[in-house]
Amino acid sequence: MAYLNKALLLTAAIALGACSTDADRFGDGSGTPAAGQFDNGGLGDPNDPTSLAYFQQTVGDRVLFVVDQSTLTPQAMVTLDEQASWLANNPEFTAIIEGHADERGTREYNLALGARRASAAQDYLVSRGVAPGRLRTVTYGKERPLEICSDEACYSQNRRAVTVLTAGLTG
Amino acid sequence: MTILRLIAFSVALMLAPFASAQQSGPLRIEITEGVIEPLPIAVAPFVAENPAAANFAGQISQVIGQNLAGTGLFREIGRDAFISQVSSFTAPIRFADWKAINAQALITGAVSVDGNGRLVVKFRLFDVFSEAELGEGLQFVGDRENWRRVAHKVSDQVYSRITGETGYFDSRIVFVSESGPKNARQKRLAIMDYDGANIQFLTDTSSIVLAPRFSPTGDRVLYTSYETGFPQIYELSVGNVQRRQLDVPAEAMTFAPRYAPDGRTVVFSLAQGGNTDIFTLNLDTGARQRLTSAPSIETAPSFSPDGRQIVFESDRSATQQLYVMGAGGGEPRRISFGQGRYGTPVWSPRGDLVAFTKQNQGRFHIGVMRTDGSEERLLTASFLDEGPTWAPNGRVIMFTRETAGASGAPSLFSVDISGRNLRRVPVDGSASDPAWSPLLQ
Repeated sequence: MAYLNKALLLTAAIALGACSTDADRFGDGSGTPAAGQFDNGGLGDPNDPTSLAYFQQTVGDRVLFVVDQSTLTPQAMVTLDEQASWLANNPEFTAIIEGHADERGTREYNLALGARRASAAQDYLVSRGVAPGRLRTVTYGKERPLEICSDEACYSQNRRAVTVLTAGLTG
Repeated sequence: MTILRLIAFSVALMLAPFASAQQSGPLRIEITEGVIEPLPIAVAPFVAENPAAANFAGQISQVIGQNLAGTGLFREIGRDAFISQVSSFTAPIRFADWKAINAQALITGAVSVDGNGRLVVKFRLFDVFSEAELGEGLQFVGDRENWRRVAHKVSDQVYSRITGETGYFDSRIVFVSESGPKNARQKRLAIMDYDGANIQFLTDTSSIVLAPRFSPTGDRVLYTSYETGFPQIYELSVGNVQRRQLDVPAEAMTFAPRYAPDGRTVVFSLAQGGNTDIFTLNLDTGARQRLTSAPSIETAPSFSPDGRQIVFESDRSATQQLYVMGAGGGEPRRISFGQGRYGTPVWSPRGDLVAFTKQNQGRFHIGVMRTDGSEERLLTASFLDEGPTWAPNGRVIMFTRETAGASGAPSLFSVDISGRNLRRVPVDGSASDPAWSPLLQ
């Protein structure tokens, strides 16, 4: 069991490492949009720093988590720092942070785990000056995987918190 | 999208005038015994007493045979082996002919359609070797479109007379019907007979729905829906398919609802600020009570049948484990101590066992343990088994089994608490999160 956990963690670390050097890790925007995320239409010009496309692709709209963890990795903090700056420069946007889990867990636990992950990202953004009223969290548990294989390569992409922007202020 | 209205149904149960009480013979299955050789049983084709009953007679005897054989406790003897034909319900049984094909039990019956167009079904159960009738002949009256329910009622009687246990055939399953690719799966609530027949949809596919649970009387269902964009708990009336959102804080996410045995209290999980705890809600007064307040995850609560305790899962000791607390909260007692992680505990209707999902070394299992955590037994193993639900008699468990890979999909399976008789429940398409109703009235 202990050996297995170590193997999983190593794989996860490799997957994360690979991600950080993969400029196209969030895709080219031609994939199928997941539930609750923006359709490809209306994302704007990815070269425009105020566009949703820029936020998704250049800032990075998601952070990834280690198996069964909601602790932010150093890489995740870098991404969230960028998100906080972007939100500071674009005050007309609010965001819903989606928390997700991989399929290797029971349904209810994964909902709770997704809530933890979304909240970890939210708390970090608030600590970097984003007004709490601009952020809301939702958990999808294991209901909306991004990648569909049953391997760590996919699981590592599915254990995520995604910051989904909405134009217009809300309470 | 059509939401079918469920048809109100009543089965009149009457002691038939022809009944003659007999001493029960030695014919009996003790379900608790370790290894069982299925009992050979003959279901004589039911006699159609008028032409309108002809189709029903054949179908009813067929469903009775399927029900009994499906338990793994009985083996149905093929009709082509029969020596005697039963052409009249009242004719004497030629026991020698049934002994010769080694039938231990014989079911005979007759079907007619009465002057009001209602189906009248009579049956008798015989212990072949003691040449005695087992229990009294019974007659059921029901609407023709509910002929399967009548067959289930007869099957429950037979099961009960031979095993001494209550049956589970006249019951329903509410579940989540799934379609579409894994990363954009569509989910809708559906209800069906325990054996997968008569599927009817209760919601459309516009929102993700999860984990429906029957009320103790089977007329209402709790579930979680993303209708608002956030997971929140709803109650749906099975009879008219009306649903309502339960009175919980709009800013919180709520899920994992279950009824208390009183049917008026709901226990559920509420996630706020990243922390998930267990609460109860009184459906009559709207009063909400917090039962746990740890910074860890507390979820998947399930009441004991006497309503005095709640079993739930928590990761307060670092991994998911099972705990029991009083119905009003208080210090919980951990009951799971084996290798791996334990979740989705469900108290059995008999009160003696807790069924659970266990994750260990990359495999998922459905298991049972006593309510103090002793005598853990794993019943299944696969890539992903989860979410057990109990048959009303506490002898069978249904659960979700999901296959691996990009084309992986969930199906419903059932297994005896002995670990025997693992079967896929025949449902068209993918299905998950089954919940078994109580026996219908």
